[in-house]
Amino acid sequence: MSGVRVLVGTRKGAFLLTSDAARAQWQVSGPHFAGWEIYHIKGSPVDPNRIYASQSTGWFGQLIQRSDDGGQTWTPVGNEFSYDGVPGTHQWYDGTQHPWEFKRVWLLEPSLTDPDTVYAGVEDAALFRTRDGGQTWQELPALREAKGSLWQPGAGGMCLHTILLDPSNPNRIFTAISAAGAFRTDDGGATWRPATHGLKSNWELPDPGAEVGHCVHSIAMHPARPEVLYMQKHWDVMRSDDAGDNWREISGNLPSDFGFPIAVHAHEPETIYVVPIKSDSEHYPPEGKLRVYRSRTGGDEWEALTNGLPQENCYVNVLRSAMAVDTLDSCGVYFGTTGGQVYVSPDAGDTWTTIVHDLPPVLSVEVQTLP
Amino acid sequence: MIRILIPHHLRTLANTGKEVEVEVAGAVTLRSVLDALETRYPVLRGTIRERTSQERRPLIRFFVCGQDWSHTSLDAPLPEAVATGQEPLMIVGAMAGGAFR
Repeated sequence: MSGVRVLVGTRKGAFLLTSDAARAQWQVSGPHFAGWEIYHIKGSPVDPNRIYASQSTGWFGQLIQRSDDGGQTWTPVGNEFSYDGVPGTHQWYDGTQHPWEFKRVWLLEPSLTDPDTVYAGVEDAALFRTRDGGQTWQELPALREAKGSLWQPGAGGMCLHTILLDPSNPNRIFTAISAAGAFRTDDGGATWRPATHGLKSNWELPDPGAEVGHCVHSIAMHPARPEVLYMQKHWDVMRSDDAGDNWREISGNLPSDFGFPIAVHAHEPETIYVVPIKSDSEHYPPEGKLRVYRSRTGGDEWEALTNGLPQENCYVNVLRSAMAVDTLDSCGVYFGTTGGQVYVSPDAGDTWTTIVHDLPPVLSVEVQTLP
Repeated sequence: MIRILIPHHLRTLANTGKEVEVEVAGAVTLRSVLDALETRYPVLRGTIRERTSQERRPLIRFFVCGQDWSHTSLDAPLPEAVATGQEPLMIVGAMAGGAFR
C-alpha cells in the first residue's frame, strides 16, 4: 500500500511523519538529532530509504547525516566544506569586500539518478557536490564567478537555498541565492550565468533591474515542464517560460506578493501554491489569517485556500523550504510554520488539517511518496 | 591517560559517556589532546575546531584546573595535573542563550 513520509527539519531536530495514502492517520518519529538545527532533510528520488540531513548548531558547526533505512538509523558522513582554491571576497553590509566563510548547509538536493550524488547549497553562498554518499564534498566553484564579488548577504545570511535539477537535461541546474539572485548552468556546473532578466527590485536595489542582487526566496518547477519556472521573490511572484531567460510578474490578485515558499502541483503544471506574508518587516500572514493561495492558471489569478487553516490571530511565518507536495493521485500539499505546525491537505489544497502542531519552529518540509 | 569532559551534544554524536580518555605521546597541549580526541572519535572533527583553520570554534570553551584556557595558545603545555589524569580538560559549549535558538 502506498503512503507518504514527511521529512521535517526544525530548530531543535528532525521529525518524520508517516501515513498511508489516505493521509488521515499519522505516526510521528522524532526528534532525531535532538537539540540541533536541521535546516534540510531530503530523500533520494531513486532510493527512498536513502535520506540526507543537514545538522548544525552555532556551537558545534555543521554535520551531514545519512540514513540508509528510511530514517530509522543515521550515520554522520563528511562535514568538510572547503571552498575551491582561494575563496575570494563578496560584498559586505558596509560595502566593503568580505572573505567567503563557510557557515552551514541550507539545502541538500539528491541527484535524480544516483543515490550517492547530492548537491549542497551552503552559506556563504556556494554549491557543493558529493558523489560518494556524503563522505566527501567538492565545490563547483564556477558559480561564484557569476559576479560573486557583487553578491551580498540578505537578512538571513548569504545562503544558496534552492537547487533545481532539470530532469530532461542532466547538464542544466538552477540555483537561487539570497540576496544575489537566480543562476543557471547548461554544462553541468562548468559555467554559470545570472537568470534574472525581468526581475525588478524597486526598493532593494539602486538599479531595480540589476543582473545580480535580487533577493530570490525560492523557485519551483514541474518535472514535466522544466523550462517553466515559478519564483517567490522578496516581493513579487514571478514566472519564466524559457528556463529563466526572462521573467514576468504573476502576482495578480494576491493580498501580498511577499512570501517565502512556492510549490507546483504534482500532476497539474499550471497549478501553483504560495503563502502570502504581509511584508518584509512583518513576517506573518496578512490580517492574521493563514491562507495558502492557489493559482490554476499558472499565476495572475489566485484563490484563497482557508478550509482548516486559522483565520484569526495567526502570526506565524512559513519559511522558504517549508512547503512540498506528494505525488499521490490526489496531490497532497504540506507546509510547516515557525509556530511548529505542519499542515497537510490531501486534496490539493481544498481542505487542511494539522499533522502536528507543537514542534519547534519548522525550517523545512519535504515529502517522499512511498510505493 | 588524559581525561576529557565533553558536552552533551558531542557525547551523543560520538556515542560516549560524559568523560573520555585518550593517550598522548609527547608534549601534552590542547592541540595534541584535541588531535588524539579526534583520532579516536573522527566524527568530532570540525565540531570543536574549525575544519580548515583548526582554530577553536567561537562558542567552544576550554576549562583547565579552574582556569579558562580558551584564549591560550593551542601549543602551550597543559598543567601537570591534566597530563597525569588527576584533572580533566573540560570542553564546554559557551553560554549563549540570548540568540533565537
